[in-house]
Amino acid sequence: MSDETTTGIDNRKLLMWVFLGSDCMFFASLIGTYLIYKGTGNLDIGPVDVFDIPTTSVSTFVLLMSSMSMVFAYAYLVRNNINAFRIWMVSTIIMGATFLGFQVFEFSEFYFHYDLSPQTNLFGTTFYALTGTHGLHVTVGVVWLAIIFYSSLFRNSVSAETNLDLDLAALYWHFVDIVWIVIFAVVYLFGTFPGFPS
Amino acid sequence: MVSNKNNKTKKSGSHDHNHPEPITYFKVAMALVALTALEVVVFYFEWLGYAIIPVMAILSIGKFGIVVMYYMHLKFDEKLLTYVFMSGLILAVVVIMWLMALFGWFN
Repeated sequence: MSDETTTGIDNRKLLMWVFLGSDCMFFASLIGTYLIYKGTGNLDIGPVDVFDIPTTSVSTFVLLMSSMSMVFAYAYLVRNNINAFRIWMVSTIIMGATFLGFQVFEFSEFYFHYDLSPQTNLFGTTFYALTGTHGLHVTVGVVWLAIIFYSSLFRNSVSAETNLDLDLAALYWHFVDIVWIVIFAVVYLFGTFPGFPS
Repeated sequence: MVSNKNNKTKKSGSHDHNHPEPITYFKVAMALVALTALEVVVFYFEWLGYAIIPVMAILSIGKFGIVVMYYMHLKFDEKLLTYVFMSGLILAVVVIMWLMALFGWFN
């Protein structure tokens, strides 16, 4: 598809970057709200009680690797190597789904084992709102990638010439990754760091 | 679609392919893994106290920057995309700082 543009940049790509910039502000409001409310109200249960850093480190590793897999899929599509593209796409989808599995496991542990729900306290409310929104973004990304993979398999509509379609999905996927980089540091590591004076 | 009256209009759709080779992407991934491992190791240095904040900030900003520059290709794409994204990102940081200041975090 080819449209006229005054910038020399495909309008869809420019729009995607505008969206990602605005999504930064969306997540900033959620992260800011988490930071200011996590230590207020009912403090019976907090980050130190529930977070499991080794488990979250593994899920972070999986998401980072999915970004590498995604960029490989894109690189091979641009080089018209469709089979390699499909392999890396499947790998990305599996790792994205695995990350979601970790999140479901974490949420269910918090809910059933620690009795932490969004109604328990402000930490629960803001934590579930932030990480749940991120999880929703990951879910959208996994579905988007699955649709592109399906199209390449059964509709032959994915090729080096249409690589911008994958590029847009890849941008979204990497964005989800960088948001998690921030959440992992700010919410999980800062939230449970044992060296802060109590 | 932009009007043809503007003689600055160009055809889009052709996409830059001056992106790195897969081996570069692999090296970037290894750098990300190393930085994440470093974050987790530093996490157990209790003696750092509040110094953990700048240390962790530098590590996270490093990871963030690497992904944006190499995986999202901002290093290789048109500068306008960098300006568009940075506008949102800077506003986002201001939003967080403003909220924290409003609620007395820096008192």
